[in-house]
Amino acid sequence: MSSPSVTPAPLQLVLGEEELLVERAVRAALETARLADASADLTRIRVSELTAPELAELVSPSLFAEGRVIVLDAAHEATQDIAALVISYAKQPAEGIVLAVVHNGGGRKPGKDVVAAMRKAGAVVTECAKITKAAEREGFVRNEIRQAGGRTDPAAVAALIDSVGSDLRELAAAAQQLVADTAGAVTEEAVRRYHRGRADVTGFAVAEKAVTGDTAGALEALRWAMQTGVPHVLVADALADAVRTVARVAGAGRADPFRLAGELGMPAWKVKKALAQARGWKPRALGEAIRITAQVNADVKGMAADADYALERAVLGIARAQRSDH
Amino acid sequence: MGVWSQVVGQPDAVRVLGTAAVAARGLVDGTGTAAGMTHAWLFTGPPGSGRSVAARAFAAALQCTTPGEPGCGECQGCHTSMSGTHADVRMVVPEGLSISVAEMRALVQTSARRPTGGRWQVVIITDADRLTEGAANALLKAVEEPPARTVFLLCAPSDHPDDVSVTIRSRCRAIALRTPAAPAIAEVLRLRDGVDTDTAAWAASVSGGHVGRARRLATDPAARDRRAKVLRIPLHLRRLSDVFDCADDLVKAAETDASEVSGTRDEAERDALKTALGHGGTGKGAASATRGSAGAIKELEKRQKSRATRTQRDALDLALVDLAGFYRDVLVTHAGASVALNHPDHAEGSAQAAGSWTPESTLRRLEAVLACREALEQNVKPRIAIEAMVSAMHFG
Repeated sequence: MSSPSVTPAPLQLVLGEEELLVERAVRAALETARLADASADLTRIRVSELTAPELAELVSPSLFAEGRVIVLDAAHEATQDIAALVISYAKQPAEGIVLAVVHNGGGRKPGKDVVAAMRKAGAVVTECAKITKAAEREGFVRNEIRQAGGRTDPAAVAALIDSVGSDLRELAAAAQQLVADTAGAVTEEAVRRYHRGRADVTGFAVAEKAVTGDTAGALEALRWAMQTGVPHVLVADALADAVRTVARVAGAGRADPFRLAGELGMPAWKVKKALAQARGWKPRALGEAIRITAQVNADVKGMAADADYALERAVLGIARAQRSDH
Repeated sequence: MGVWSQVVGQPDAVRVLGTAAVAARGLVDGTGTAAGMTHAWLFTGPPGSGRSVAARAFAAALQCTTPGEPGCGECQGCHTSMSGTHADVRMVVPEGLSISVAEMRALVQTSARRPTGGRWQVVIITDADRLTEGAANALLKAVEEPPARTVFLLCAPSDHPDDVSVTIRSRCRAIALRTPAAPAIAEVLRLRDGVDTDTAAWAASVSGGHVGRARRLATDPAARDRRAKVLRIPLHLRRLSDVFDCADDLVKAAETDASEVSGTRDEAERDALKTALGHGGTGKGAASATRGSAGAIKELEKRQKSRATRTQRDALDLALVDLAGFYRDVLVTHAGASVALNHPDHAEGSAQAAGSWTPESTLRRLEAVLACREALEQNVKPRIAIEAMVSAMHFG
């Protein structure tokens, strides 16, 4: 019997909700275990379906001492009894068995107790928090490309996210494919060669362009949004929200964004952005824009024969109002 | 004091209904003919003119058992009809946005029963304008030819019977109520609600002929405050940021109204329904008893949401009507017409506005208020509609 060159950590804790990263962590755990023992097998079970005897059977040493990887999914759903069992096992892990607990980071107390006990017992923690910020997403893509053995630049990353969307699975797959197709050099040009169009255009993107008077950009974004199935009502609401924010900030005059944020009950970043957008707007034009947003709100709720057209007209009207002189 | 005293400032309608009640009594006794009495009536009139009160008074007169003029107001029949507990008087009071066809089908069934008191089976539908098309159609047959002793009383807030679908209207006898005169309202506030003379006169003069609104203003300080706040808006829109503060106040007040209603009732209603469906039970079979009840609870939640929307819209509508009245006063003052103002207590404000605005811009502001009422009916988000209105009021 050859001695293993690597010893997998007997306790592993996977924290977070980002599915792709959770899957990767679980797979990594299995792969490390197989390095040590090629015949190691994987057992995945949801904690809510687990019973005390089953757990006892899973973690008890087997006759032939083959390696085992046990993944307890959705540990946040654990009940008091099961949690107590897992905790007591964590204190004295059995040899040759890797126990990976997948927990979403929230949930009720029994599940959290498991997390605390695993940390205390020295479990290897893998953080898989949901990626929500744009910068994090860009970092993820960059990392994917690097790991696949490619090089890239910020423009290419931005172009890829624009056209693929924010789903990590798709981003990861697209990144790997691009590296394979381009022999490593993922440039913006290469991205554009394989990917066309826009994946995620929200109503806010349309509204942002409309209130800055960018007619062409706003119309383009609107068409993409319609193409990808953004509901009309959401776009109309986003337009109203953008115009309102600009009007409130413009009405408040020049002031410190942080003080304004408190007064208007808006986050500071929103106020800062709106202060920039408010440049060039005249009061009367804002009145006109507010009127347009109210009209389009009725239009998309069934008053207009064609909601697409109603939205386009509203976007044109708002952009025109922004450029008007009175 | 007879039941007709509740019907404020409507001598013509009372005369017609009184004659009909006498004829109806003749029919019940077997002594008279059907002349003057009809099986279906349609009460129309502006909001607050007392349509449903008139309908209820008529129902009481039909159920009155005291010899002499029907509608004594004292016998059991009158008393229970007016308080809404008479076994043969059915009131349909919609709380949601519309009256559904299912509700009307159930009503048609009950209306076909013979009156338990041996007199008349009366069905009152307040706000018949909220009947959906299907619901109106379900009602048609019953309204056209009800059983011998069934009477339908439909009420619709409108100056014109045209707002009720023609198929229903043509089967009813129309009773048009008019806006009651301010002295008549003041009188009823004084006699019935014990409001002192000055307050009664003031409330009657600012209510725009709406009896219920006058009573609310006379008795509820919060309503007075709310009105004063709303009427302050037109003259206090100096800067663009005022627009959003005022709009915010209006919307918040309406939201508070709606959440007060849902706060007091939603939870209790849901609990009652859950108990009725067997939730919270223990023991054998308790779990299977609740199977399939989620749909019923969903249905209730939908109704509650509809009611909350309605409450919010009604609260906003009151404010909008007050605002429209103010701009009308400004126009009237500008034209120098000698007609009563809607808000005589704000005459100073409307005179000041008339001095500084052109009639055209006043009219544009008035139009904005009316457009906002329409927008709310079209399901525009209240905040967006109100902001558009207030900004139009600001710019003129």
